[in-house]
Amino acid sequence: MLAFVAARVGQALLTLLASSVIVFALVRTSGSPVDLILPPDSTPAERQAAIRRLGLDRPLSYQYGAFLWNALQGDWGTSLRTGRPATELVKERLANSLKLATAAIGITLLLSIPLGVLAAVNRAGPWDRLGMAFAVLGQSLPAFWLGIILMLVFAVWLRWLPTSGMESWRHYVLPAVVLGWGISAGVVRLLRSSMLEVLDSEFVKLARTKGLSEARVVWKHALRNALLPVITFAGFMYGVIIAAAIVVEVVFSWPGLGRLAYESTLWRDFPVLQLTVLTWTALVIAINFLVDVSYGLVDPRVRR
Amino acid sequence: MGWWTRASAAEPLGAARATALGVGRPASRARQRLAGLVDVLRRAPKLPTAVVILTIVVAAFADLLVPHDPVAVNPIDGEKPPVFVKGGTWTYPLGTDRKGRDILSRVILGTRISLAVAAGAIGIGGLIGTFLGFLAGFRGGWVDALIMRAADAFLAFPSILVALVLAVTVGPSFVVVVTVLGLILWARFARLVRGEVLYWKTREFIGLARIAGARGPYIVRRHLLPNLVNTIVVLCTLQVGWAIIVEASLSFLGAGIPPPTPTWGGMVAEGVSLIERAWWISVCPGAAMMVVVLCFNLFGDWIRDLLDPKLRQL
Repeated sequence: MLAFVAARVGQALLTLLASSVIVFALVRTSGSPVDLILPPDSTPAERQAAIRRLGLDRPLSYQYGAFLWNALQGDWGTSLRTGRPATELVKERLANSLKLATAAIGITLLLSIPLGVLAAVNRAGPWDRLGMAFAVLGQSLPAFWLGIILMLVFAVWLRWLPTSGMESWRHYVLPAVVLGWGISAGVVRLLRSSMLEVLDSEFVKLARTKGLSEARVVWKHALRNALLPVITFAGFMYGVIIAAAIVVEVVFSWPGLGRLAYESTLWRDFPVLQLTVLTWTALVIAINFLVDVSYGLVDPRVRR
Repeated sequence: MGWWTRASAAEPLGAARATALGVGRPASRARQRLAGLVDVLRRAPKLPTAVVILTIVVAAFADLLVPHDPVAVNPIDGEKPPVFVKGGTWTYPLGTDRKGRDILSRVILGTRISLAVAAGAIGIGGLIGTFLGFLAGFRGGWVDALIMRAADAFLAFPSILVALVLAVTVGPSFVVVVTVLGLILWARFARLVRGEVLYWKTREFIGLARIAGARGPYIVRRHLLPNLVNTIVVLCTLQVGWAIIVEASLSFLGAGIPPPTPTWGGMVAEGVSLIERAWWISVCPGAAMMVVVLCFNLFGDWIRDLLDPKLRQL
């Protein structure tokens, strides 16, 4: 088990290093930040000075080495736009993103677990059709448009919920629903097929033969076993959702990681963009790692 | 070899056998094949198929169908409501935007843009991905490892962000959007094709072809590709909705195809600030997009069940 974990940690670190190279290259190709920082009437000499100050005149490999060296010491550079340390900005935004993602996952599970179970129990019945309609709609609705529609109905017309900000729980409802619906599609489908499989197994038949009520058989015995792949999927989605939230965060002016990435791309704010994307990658890798390890714990066959 | 050959398995047994045995004159065989196609189409989901066909027709003849010039600014007629809202007229069935441009005409032209982007992106991604998938699956070894790790990396990054950075770098344009989407899509094709190649490679007829002296490229072209056509077609259909949504998201964020070209995402973005006064500016193009994406997804599901049911998990 220890060897398995060690190998996975090594792999995770390698992936992180590889993605830091990709991020670095990607960010460097996105144009020079000098044009955006300096006033338009600055002299060529001022330009040169700014380029030297930012280290942009060195070869790319040297820039990457310096970046990595400083990063290992905890220095991720300062934001070119605000002058604050990148880590500080990202930390703040990451917390907001995690809050939103948690709310979204919560809404997802709340909606899709009952729907998935009912769809499997009433196979080809009205619940099944409702569940599938819900899933297909979730896949087909563009997040930014759904966000605007919900905003129009609940914030502008009904005035029940606010359009932006994040002070109280009411601010979470709309963005979390928009984000959650998108991934609910996968959860409903997965739970439905997993439930169908479990409902057909021997222990469910035994539970029925024992004379347990149908509700108990379905919601306790079957659901618990069918939930395993769903939990894995939801865990994985946790990482995906934070990145997918770019559009939703822009629509609802949510001060999260996605909007930070969007803003720093537009501003060519290298240090912040690098750290944002790397944080996100690290998050995905960490979650995948945890999922793998927990598989190893539950199922010894995976360890080989 | 095409997808219709497997579809003809759905024909009545007699007809299928007659086709298989080559009974009958060529003319009647063609007619039978046509009858089989009609039979398959009759079982297609009615509404989605109709919408998909309609969308393609609208995209193809967009410039003939538009009632007004989609980019002509006409400030006097700005923010006119659609016909189903009080104060609306049939002159502008879906109303006008802030600059007085006809929303219906813009949605129609936007259909062409969206489909063109989707087709281009899937074309590029499909070609690159299929080629690399074959290379990885057929060659194996370090080639396989290299291609697959690259595919993993491409799949791990948030696609919208990559597209955003690239679009901002090179400057937003039609070609950039298509290329960026294609570059994100290739990994999905490569993965699937590689898996299929690995499966078919172990089959006996491939080994026999080798013994018969066939070279790699020949085996790929004559023995592997025909077996993979269905899978690739299914994956293509299932990506249309995704491509439309990502293109619209990029245009919404201002990194898609630049104005004045009407795009669904760009139109929605233009209406956001006016949402309280003139909601139809955002809602109408978005609704068109939703219906089209929904129908393409349902149509894709049907094509998948028809051609390649084992892809259910996609």
